[in-house]
Amino acid sequence: MAEIELRGIEKRYGEAPVLKDVSLKIKDGEFLTLVGPSGCGKSTLLRIIAGLEDQDAGEVSVGGRPVDGARPKDRDVAMVFQSYALYPHLTVFDNIALPLRTRQLSFAQRLPLIGPLLPGHTGIERSIRKEVEQAAAMLDVAHLLHRKPGQLSGGQRQRVALGRAMVRHPTVFLMDEPLSNLDARLRVQMRTEITSLHRRLGVTFVYVTHDQSEAMTMADRVAVMMGGELLQVGPPEELYREPQDLRVAEMIGSPKINIVARAHWADDRSVLSAALAPQAKHLAFRPEAAVLITPADGVTNGTVTDLENLGSDIFVHVALRDGSETVVIRTTPDERRFSLGSTVGLKVDAARLMQFDEAGRRCGNIERVAAA
Amino acid sequence: MSAHRPRYRLAGRIARHVLLVVSATFALLPFVWMISLSLKPPDEIFQPDFHLWPKTFHGVENYRVALTAAPMLRFLLNGVFVCAIIFVLQLMVCVPCAYALAKLRFRGRDTLFSAVLVGLLVPPQALAIPHFVLLHVFGLLDTYAALILPWIISAFGIFLLRQFFRSIPDEIIHAARLDGLGEFEIIWRIMIPMSTPALAAFGIFSVVAHWNDLFWPLIAVRSEDISTPALGILLFRDDEAGQFLGPLMAGATIIVAPLLLAFLLAQRRFIDGLATTAMK
Ligand SMILES: Nc1ncnc2c1ncn2[C@@H]1O[C@H](COP(=O)(O)OP(=O)(O)O)[C@@H](O)[C@H]1O
Ligand SMILES: [Mg+2]
Repeated sequence: MAEIELRGIEKRYGEAPVLKDVSLKIKDGEFLTLVGPSGCGKSTLLRIIAGLEDQDAGEVSVGGRPVDGARPKDRDVAMVFQSYALYPHLTVFDNIALPLRTRQLSFAQRLPLIGPLLPGHTGIERSIRKEVEQAAAMLDVAHLLHRKPGQLSGGQRQRVALGRAMVRHPTVFLMDEPLSNLDARLRVQMRTEITSLHRRLGVTFVYVTHDQSEAMTMADRVAVMMGGELLQVGPPEELYREPQDLRVAEMIGSPKINIVARAHWADDRSVLSAALAPQAKHLAFRPEAAVLITPADGVTNGTVTDLENLGSDIFVHVALRDGSETVVIRTTPDERRFSLGSTVGLKVDAARLMQFDEAGRRCGNIERVAAA
Repeated sequence: MSAHRPRYRLAGRIARHVLLVVSATFALLPFVWMISLSLKPPDEIFQPDFHLWPKTFHGVENYRVALTAAPMLRFLLNGVFVCAIIFVLQLMVCVPCAYALAKLRFRGRDTLFSAVLVGLLVPPQALAIPHFVLLHVFGLLDTYAALILPWIISAFGIFLLRQFFRSIPDEIIHAARLDGLGEFEIIWRIMIPMSTPALAAFGIFSVVAHWNDLFWPLIAVRSEDISTPALGILLFRDDEAGQFLGPLMAGATIIVAPLLLAFLLAQRRFIDGLATTAMK
């Protein structure tokens, strides 16, 4: 059992608050991604869970047991770092074997020269060798065991780092942007490898990334973080459909959600003014929540400024009114085509229109969210 | 532009080489002179006309005198012993200090580091009297301990290693802590193997400084059997001054030779170490 519970975590470096009252429950065996722009405190939170950094306030428990003040090695937590953090002077084998050696060999047995002569050393080393070879085979790096990290490609280093983390069977895996140093193709491949590793091991994964598509595709649940605060935690589709904060709505989804000022649309028949909450200041809709129609009176008209043809979809960029607002609408190649510069009408599906108040909080159709 | 660029580059290269040759000549001249004198008979040394190579080769005689008139071998062994112990003890102090200053967070760390920087500015000669008095109080004057103890805390070593350790990413240390290594094991298994260039550079500075040091042994030691080479050769000069300049120079050549040899063997490493520490 290794659920993680964070209660009211606070952290500041000098004067600057880095984490503000972060509370989060991560279930046993869950794959949770923590997504947010860089500098928002994701790594700091991960280091606090691992025990590499002390929080200023709040509690961390792992597996129902408070671990505040416990040393990293006593938390049964493994971590994979963005830079891989392999030991450059050790071979791949020794890199992966190190966490086993520090746990299974006594202090005396680890000493250079005398250690290997002590009783029990050979047997333990043999079982360590077996475990390392198993982990290496699982990650497809068995043929690299005698090399140094400097002689490996980025993807291979990544696997070795995974091997070093999993070889001692921790109950929690923490990963800090493990794929951000890989090229795009390898990144997509490693995503599926990591999720399948998660299914095989069945332990808790906390995965940090600044890439929302990585966060969405890999996770059971996504936690969105910004400026040291958790904005929203939920399954990917919930974050996509029902963001509770304008910043979450903006971060999740590609292309980005369309946001327009309410003031411009208040008298528009394409959106039922009556349904809008009085405090709503911003209106937002996904690119697939609107259709382009023949320009007419009473609907919002605009000019096509750009076309992105992805084959399966065509994203049409439309400049509204004087061009001060641009929205992106998804169309399919089978639909009517629009040419650059043409004038089009825009009709938004009122049911999928989201309203946000001045501070960026969701309002208006919030009841529907609660019911869902 | 492209037409005269190669010529310009050639001129620059020639200028650079001329400059290097001139400065190298000045640096090497005393050294060459020393070797030249060590090969000459006494009457040739003070002749007004200078020859690099002696007219009558007296090298064998000079070196024989140098090796037999004083216990040169003993001096050399003393030098090796003292330098090695100083270096080992310096590492035992500097490495943990540098690690703490570079990678641990604790109250007063920056003040401590400033203290190290101040220590860097204090000339060792300024401390000679206090050291002498201390060693006298403990009754250690004229022993190996007197030659070694004043040097084991090296502000320079702490500074150099701290700068190098800072260039090692925190993530490596975090990984090591998660892998279950204690702080001293991190130093021993991670920091030291990753810092060999810096350690080699510091080693050369330390060994060269203490091998050649004359000032402190002159103060701390009188017995011939614990003299280091530089001091030994001085004792030797006291006895045989003046007309025995040839053997004296032969002795000097003998004590410089091991350093020179070691430098030539480790040259690449040494320069790499200096370059990497300078870059970080
Ligand atoms: N050791 C540190 N000392 C001072 N400030 C730090 C330290 N580590 C992180 N910070 C600051 O804390 C903030 C959050 O950092 P981090 O957790 O690394 O963000 P993220 O991983 O989301 O990019 C940043 O503004 C960073 O500058
Ligand atoms: Mg980070």
